[in-house]
Amino acid sequence: MLRQVAGLLDVEDGAIALSGDSEDDASISTQALYAGHLDAVKAPLTVRENVDFWADFYGSSKGHVQRALDGFGLGRLSTLPADVLSAGQKKRLGLARLLIADRPLWLLDEPTVSLDTASIKVLGVLMAAHLARGGLILAATHVDLGIEGARQLEFGGRGA
Amino acid sequence: MMAFLALITREVRLAVRVGGGGGMAVFFFLITISIVPLGIGPDLNLLSRIAPGMLWVALLLSALLTLDRLFQGDQEDGTLDHLLMGTMPLELIVLAKGIAHWLTTGVPLIVAAPVLGLLLNLPIEGMGPMMFAMSVGSPALSLLGAVGAALAVGVKRGGLLISLLVLPFYVPVLIFGVSATRAALIAVPGDMEGRSLMLLGAVTLTSFVVGPVAGAAALRANVN
Repeated sequence: MLRQVAGLLDVEDGAIALSGDSEDDASISTQALYAGHLDAVKAPLTVRENVDFWADFYGSSKGHVQRALDGFGLGRLSTLPADVLSAGQKKRLGLARLLIADRPLWLLDEPTVSLDTASIKVLGVLMAAHLARGGLILAATHVDLGIEGARQLEFGGRGA
Repeated sequence: MMAFLALITREVRLAVRVGGGGGMAVFFFLITISIVPLGIGPDLNLLSRIAPGMLWVALLLSALLTLDRLFQGDQEDGTLDHLLMGTMPLELIVLAKGIAHWLTTGVPLIVAAPVLGLLLNLPIEGMGPMMFAMSVGSPALSLLGAVGAALAVGVKRGGLLISLLVLPFYVPVLIFGVSATRAALIAVPGDMEGRSLMLLGAVTLTSFVVGPVAGAAALRANVN
């Protein structure tokens, strides 16, 4: 469903639309960022090069890059090639894109997978800060993300 | 524009770091060309007559060899999702990918071609025109190839499929490329070389339009 919201999968029936103040606000590609199971991290590039590419791709400022590196504790790792990172570090590098692009809508598909407890807390703080700024988060998760006042939609029960 | 250049830089950097891109194509080029004299025999006249054709055929096959990774890597690690979701038009992404493929595969092959020409007894005066014709024609190989790579992006081990899809579109490049190179070597009535080069240029220019548009359409269809 997150992929459908992200516009990566066709919707068979019904429609998904963003409501905004103007026409420009309504495009998913300018408003949302998807973070899925795959980290979209290029192993041969260093952490810094990975981050810099996405910053250029999203047209973000250097301030965003620094904030993303600091926010996810990647500053010390920035000169390392991404293939020596652990799964959790790669996940954080993937999630760092959320801060780089700085879009109002975050689409998160199990963001806590392979993160340690400390990182999950950090992610919780960042998500809370995002919400406090008026952002929107749509997340699929198996664990409690620790967001106060989150509305839950439970799927299944019969199936897996 | 920034994003476009960043994508090209990233692709080139990846190709250089990982190896297996341009390096593999050049080695394949070298291997194919160096076994031709062994198969044909030491007939220098015959070798220099078939040299332009052999070099162009080998160039085509070498370029094909590296195409399957063009979008596959990005699809496997999820990068493609983000590229598709971004604000940059997909056509530009395909164009950037094609240009990066040309820089990492086409350019090394063009540089290697005169050396391999020596192995086939290609006359020295033919080297310049051949490299020029290859420079004009080889971007079309990358850009048309990108369409095939985009169509086969969801297919595991899609290399063969890409070759089958793309090779028919390579034929004009081959024909005009060889005839431009050959016309430079043998005195042909009329301005055969100029005309072939112009047609070759036309194929490349067309591919600059068709490649990104068709490639982007193929990627969209494939992801859904």
